[in-house]
Amino acid sequence: MNRFFDLPSDLQHDWLGLIGLHLREALLPVLAGLLLSLPIAQLCVRFRWLYAPVLGVTTILYAIPSLAVFVVLIDYTGQTELTVMIPLAVYSLVVLVPAIVDGVRSVPQETLAAATAMGLGPVRRYLQVQLPIALPAIIAGLRVAAVSSISLVSVGMLIGNQGALGNLLNDANIYHRPELAWNSVLTTAGLAILVDAALVLLRLLLTPWMPRGTRRRGSRTAAEVRPEPAAPAAEEAAR
Amino acid sequence: MNVLHFVNAFFGDGAHWHGYDGIPTRLAEHVRYCLIALAIAAAIGLPVGLVTGHYGRGGNALALLATAARALPSFGLLVLMTITVGFGLLPVMVPLVVLAVPPILVTTYESMRSVDPSPVDAARGMGMQESRILLQVELPVALPLILSGLRSGAIQIVSTATIAAYVGIGGLGRYIIDGLYQRDYEKVVGGASLVAGLALITLVLFWAAARCTVSRGVRRGA
Repeated sequence: MNRFFDLPSDLQHDWLGLIGLHLREALLPVLAGLLLSLPIAQLCVRFRWLYAPVLGVTTILYAIPSLAVFVVLIDYTGQTELTVMIPLAVYSLVVLVPAIVDGVRSVPQETLAAATAMGLGPVRRYLQVQLPIALPAIIAGLRVAAVSSISLVSVGMLIGNQGALGNLLNDANIYHRPELAWNSVLTTAGLAILVDAALVLLRLLLTPWMPRGTRRRGSRTAAEVRPEPAAPAAEEAAR
Repeated sequence: MNVLHFVNAFFGDGAHWHGYDGIPTRLAEHVRYCLIALAIAAAIGLPVGLVTGHYGRGGNALALLATAARALPSFGLLVLMTITVGFGLLPVMVPLVVLAVPPILVTTYESMRSVDPSPVDAARGMGMQESRILLQVELPVALPLILSGLRSGAIQIVSTATIAAYVGIGGLGRYIIDGLYQRDYEKVVGGASLVAGLALITLVLFWAAARCTVSRGVRRGA
């Protein structure tokens, strides 16, 4: 068990340092993706015809293997964290844009009409009515994006130890210490689950008006939260 | 010296078109891994999703399971499996299946739950057995969404199967990893464009499958 946390010095970090690095490399791109996808999603809501092509482009970008993007980016950004973070931000768009569009679209027409009747301009209506109502769907998207981002950072190991916890995998190979690989996989999975739980908690805190506990038991009410944004988003893409 | 130049150079080089490291061989390997992984993932995800979705039970357990499966890093799993099990097909298949099961499982469950309950009640009132309700009433309505879940699983597999090359198994990732270590960007870009093309073909195939299998009434309603 002692050797489990006894990390080789070439990693230049202890276990907690690697965790911090991993979180930064994984979550900053998701944040950037969120900032990028909010305006994109708003454009898609405003101009409906834009949604299908945007989904198509993000899906194709998502299909390009991360490793290939890393390698091509090395020419421009060097063997740095940025090289790992740029593709991760792009990947997060494929989940976040549909989640936000679905969430914003799910705001009932009457609610919007009421907001307009109360004298809210388009900006305040967006910030104070549409975004809060869309929040559960957005956070559901963030959960998927954050978890898959945390899992993908490890691949950065292949471009000169830029994979945070993934770097343990290389050391496990070259020093013949399988426990380092176990450490990498278990820690990454644990991180992902903790971040996921934190986002659920954030949703509960930010949406105090939502019913707690027993969701969807029995009757299906109209304004129900979708636990998984992938389904409606994918439905849209299927058309 | 841009990406298109590399693509041109890669596909223009006759040496890349035959032999053990030729594009046809690598492409066939890649497609084979993807099909096996998708088949296994579908064999796990579809039945479980259909049955749990039909009875509307276990949604929370499924969501938990999907989160846990998503949390497992594919690349880490690949290296770990190779260290513990050794080289072969198994260490490649496990991460790919773990990757593809959550979207398939969750989307199937959600699609079954989102079926309009009134035709289901009508079918039950007519005396249809549960299995026939599932297969003849709910499945056709849920099919577009189920296919989209399969599609997103398939795309993730196609793109992630490239890491198989790291543990010395072929596939299109061979070009990317070899290119990385040889500083041969032509190879990297060529391999990446092949994978992206394969993903595009996957999209088109699923679109065609949806056109052929989804009944016209369901499509119009959607």
